[in-house]
Amino acid sequence: MNAIIFSAVWGIVMMFSGVLSNNKKTIQATAIVGLILLFIVNLLDLGGNHFINIDLHNMLYFETFGLLFNAIAFGASLLYFLLSSSDILKVGVNGAEYFALIFFVLCGVSIVTSFNTLLMLFLGIEIISIPLYILTGADKRDLKSNEASLKYFLMGAFSTGLMLLGITFLYGATANGSFFLDDIAAAKTSLSPLYIIGLLLLLVSMSFKVSAAPFHFWTPDVYDGAPTVFTSFMATIVKAAVFIAFIRLFGDAFGDTIQRWQIFVAIIIAATLFIGNITAVFQQSVKRMLAYSSIAQAGFMLFALLTLNTFAKEGIILYTAAYSIATIGIFAVLIKMKDYSFEGFNGLAKHHPTIAAVTTIFLLSLAGIPLTAGFFAKYYMLAAALQTGKFLWLVIFAVLCAAISVYYYFRIIQAMYFKEGEPQVLETTLSFRVVLIVLSIIIILLGIFPQWLINQIYYLYL
Amino acid sequence: MIPVLLILIPLISGFAGFFIRNGNGAKKWSLFSSVITLLVSIAGLSIYNGKAYLNFDAEWLTGLGSRFSVSLDGLSQILSLLTAISFPVIFISTYRNEYKNAKNFYALMLLSQAGLMGVFVATDALLFYFFWELALIPVYFLSSQWGGEKRIQATFKFFIYTFTGSLLMLVGIIYLYTQTPNHSFSLDSFYSLHSKITGATQGWLFWLFFIAFAIKMPIFPFHTWQPDTYEQSPTAVTMVLSGIMVKMGLFGVIRWLAPVLPIGTWAWGDTASALCIIGMIYASLIAMQQDDLKRLVAYSSIAHIGLMCLAIFATTKIGMQGVMIQMFNHGINIIGLWVVVNLIERQFHTRKISELGGLAQKAPALAILLVIVALANVALPLTNAFVGEFLMFSGIYNSVATTYNVVFTVTAGVCIILSAVYMLNMIQKVFYGNTNELTQNAKDIYPNEKIILAVLVIIIIAIGVFPQPILELTKNVVDSIVTKMNYKT
Repeated sequence: MNAIIFSAVWGIVMMFSGVLSNNKKTIQATAIVGLILLFIVNLLDLGGNHFINIDLHNMLYFETFGLLFNAIAFGASLLYFLLSSSDILKVGVNGAEYFALIFFVLCGVSIVTSFNTLLMLFLGIEIISIPLYILTGADKRDLKSNEASLKYFLMGAFSTGLMLLGITFLYGATANGSFFLDDIAAAKTSLSPLYIIGLLLLLVSMSFKVSAAPFHFWTPDVYDGAPTVFTSFMATIVKAAVFIAFIRLFGDAFGDTIQRWQIFVAIIIAATLFIGNITAVFQQSVKRMLAYSSIAQAGFMLFALLTLNTFAKEGIILYTAAYSIATIGIFAVLIKMKDYSFEGFNGLAKHHPTIAAVTTIFLLSLAGIPLTAGFFAKYYMLAAALQTGKFLWLVIFAVLCAAISVYYYFRIIQAMYFKEGEPQVLETTLSFRVVLIVLSIIIILLGIFPQWLINQIYYLYL
Repeated sequence: MIPVLLILIPLISGFAGFFIRNGNGAKKWSLFSSVITLLVSIAGLSIYNGKAYLNFDAEWLTGLGSRFSVSLDGLSQILSLLTAISFPVIFISTYRNEYKNAKNFYALMLLSQAGLMGVFVATDALLFYFFWELALIPVYFLSSQWGGEKRIQATFKFFIYTFTGSLLMLVGIIYLYTQTPNHSFSLDSFYSLHSKITGATQGWLFWLFFIAFAIKMPIFPFHTWQPDTYEQSPTAVTMVLSGIMVKMGLFGVIRWLAPVLPIGTWAWGDTASALCIIGMIYASLIAMQQDDLKRLVAYSSIAHIGLMCLAIFATTKIGMQGVMIQMFNHGINIIGLWVVVNLIERQFHTRKISELGGLAQKAPALAILLVIVALANVALPLTNAFVGEFLMFSGIYNSVATTYNVVFTVTAGVCIILSAVYMLNMIQKVFYGNTNELTQNAKDIYPNEKIILAVLVIIIIAIGVFPQPILELTKNVVDSIVTKMNYKT
C-alpha cells in the first residue's frame, strides 16, 4: 500500500517540479530521490511497517511475492534512472512530465502485483498502459515515434477490450456475481462456457500485454519507434510487472483448472520462442533485435505460467531481475551509440574497453551462459517444466531456441571484439560507467549465488 | 584440497593476468602459474592414499541440491595431470610466438585451464556443467581474436555447436536431478538412479548426453566444426582444443553417461559405435588427401578419438583401461605434432605439405623428434600409443556388449593402417626428398623447443616401455565404472 500511494504522490510532485524549476539537474535529482524513497517505503512495507491502514474491502492483497517483485522493479528503475535519466531529459522539452508518467506507471506496477479482484487488475493494467502510450509518442517530431504510439494505443485498447469482455464473462460464471479471485477459483466446479470463454479471453489479452506470439505483432514496431530510453523501460520493468500479474491471476484464479488450459500456454510458448528467436536472427538493427529478443525471453518466462509450481515462482522473480538488469544495461549502452546497426558496434572493445566488457556480460546473461544470472533464470524455468514431467518436447524445443539466441547476441560481441571499426559513441561520464559495472557485478553475483534472492522468497514467503 | 588448488591457481592467476602491463610479463607469469599447477598436480599423485587431500566439499546452492564438491580419483587424476603438463608445454613451445594484447591472450589461456581442471574434478553435475561452459568461453575468445582469416565464422560455428550440445545435456542433467530421491546433483545419487529409470527413458536420456559429448569429441556426424576450428585457431589454442578439450567428451561418457545410464548405453551402444567407426574411416580417408598440415592432424585426431569412444562402448575392463591410458597418450602425442606444425609454420609461413621438403637435412634434431612423435601417433610398439591401442583392440574384440565385435575390430584396424599411410606420407614429403627454395635456408630448432620435444619423446617412450604406473592409477576406477556399466535389470 505504501508504494501505491507514494508513487502516485511523487508523480504529482514531479509534474509540479517542472513548473517550479527549469533546471534539468533539479528535476533529475528530484526523480532519483523520489525513486530511492519509493524503494525504501516498499521495503518498509515488506518489513511490516504500513503507513496507512485503510479498509480496502479485500480489493488489494499484499503478499511477499508481490512486494518482493516491487522491490526488484523499483530497484531496476533506480538503476535505470541512474544510467539514463539525462537521456530521458533529452527526448523532448517536457522532461518533468516524462518522470511523472514513469512514476504513474510504477503506481500501476504496484497495483498489478497486489490485486485481489479483476477490477483492480484492470485498473492496474490501464494505469500502466496509458502513460506508456504517451511516452511512446514522446518524441513528437519523429514520425516513427508517432506511428508507434498510435499503433500501441490501438492494439492496447483492443486487447483491453478483450480483457474487459473476459472479466464480464467470468463475473457471470461466479455463483453470486463477483470479481474476486477466490470466487472465480470456486467457479471451477461448474465449468460453464462462460468460465471457459472468460478464461481464454483473459489468456489472449494478457498474452497481448506480454507480447507473446501470435499476439506480438505490435512489439517490434512499438519498441523500435519509441524513443530508446522508453523502450528500455517498457521492455524490462513494465513487461516483468505484467508477467507477475499474469502469473498471479492464473495461479490464484485458475490454478485448479490448470490441466485444461496448460496446452494453450504450451502452444503459445512454442510459438513465442520460435518467432522471437528466428526473427531476431534476421534483424540488422540492434534495437529491433532487442525487441525480438524480448519476445523470445517472454517465451521462457511463460514457462512459469505453464507450471505454476514453487520452482516457477522462485524462478520468475530471478528471471525478471536477471532479464531487466541485463536489458537495461544494453539499452543504456545503445542510447550512447550513434549507429544502431550491428556494424555500429565494430571495434568498440578497442576504443571503449569498459563499455564493451560490461555489454558482453549483459549479452552472456541474456544468452544464459553459466556464471551469469541469466543461466539460473533459464535453469529454474527448465527445472520447473521438467518437474511436471509432461513437457519434455517443449523443454528441448526451448533449449534449441536458446542456442539460436546465441547467434544474435554474439553478433554484437563479435562486432565489438573481433571486427575493426571506429564506433561513434556519445560522451559517457564516469558515473555512467560505474553504474554499468555495478550492474554487471550484480549479474555475476546472482550467477554464482542465486540463492540470495531465492532465500528472500523462502524466508518471507514460503 | 588439491583439486581446489588445481582450479584456483589458474583461475586467480588468470584474472590477475588481465592487469599485467606488458605482454612479456604476462608470458612469464602464465608460465610460472602453469608450472605451479603442474607441481600441485604431481603432489596430488604422490599422496594417492591420502583421501582427505583429494576431496573437497562445501555448501554452494543448498536449496537446489548442488554442492561445490570436487575430488580426484584415478580418472580425474590422469586427465588433470595431462592438463597440468600440457599448459607449460604449450607456453614454452610457443614462447617465441608474438601476440597482440598478449596479456589478454595468456589470461584467457589460464582461465580455460581453470575450466578444464574443474570439468575433470567436479563430482556434482551442476558444477560439472558450470565448468564445462567455463572452459568453452575463454577458448571462444582466444580463437576468435587471435586466429586465422576465417576465424570468426569458424569459431562461431564451434561455439554454437558445443553450446547446443551442452544445453541438451543440461536438460538431461535436470531431468536426472528431478528423479533423484534426495534431490541432489551429486555423482553418487546419479549413480544410484540406474535401476529407477526405465529402459525407454534411459534411451532418450542417452542421446541428450551423448550428443553433447559427441560434439565435443567429435564423433561423426557432429565433427564438422573441428577441422575449420583447428585450422583457424592460433596453434597454442589448437593444442588446448585437441590435446585436452576433446578429452572432455570422452571423460563425460566415462563418468557421466555410461555408468549413470547403463541400459541406455547398452541399448544404443552399437549405434554409437557404428558412428565412431564411420567417423574413423571417413576421417582417415580425408586425412590422406590433405595438403594442409593442421587439417591433416585435425582429421587424424578424429580417427583416434573415434577409436577411444568405440572402446568405451565395448564395456570391457581391458578396453576401458586402454582408453584411460590412451587419453593421456593422445594428448601428449598430438601436442607434440602441433609443436612441430607451429615450428614449421613460424619458419616458413606455410602449412602446405606440397611446398615443403628436405627438412631433415637442414634440421636433423627436429626430424628425429618428429619421427618419434609421428610413430607414436601410428601406435608403433615401444611407444605409448601402442599400449593404449593394444588394450583397446583386445577390449573391443572380447566385448560381450556387442555382437559386431569382430567387424568393429577389423574396421578399426584398417584405420590404424590408414593412419600409418598418411603420417608416413607426411613425414616423407616434409622431411625427406630434396630441399626447395623455401626450405634450403631452414634452421634447426631452438633449445626451448628441443627441450619440450625431448620431454614429450621421453614421456612417449617411458610410457611405451613401462605403462604400469598409469594402469595402477586407473585400475580401481576402471573396475567400478565397468561394473556399473554391466548393470542389467
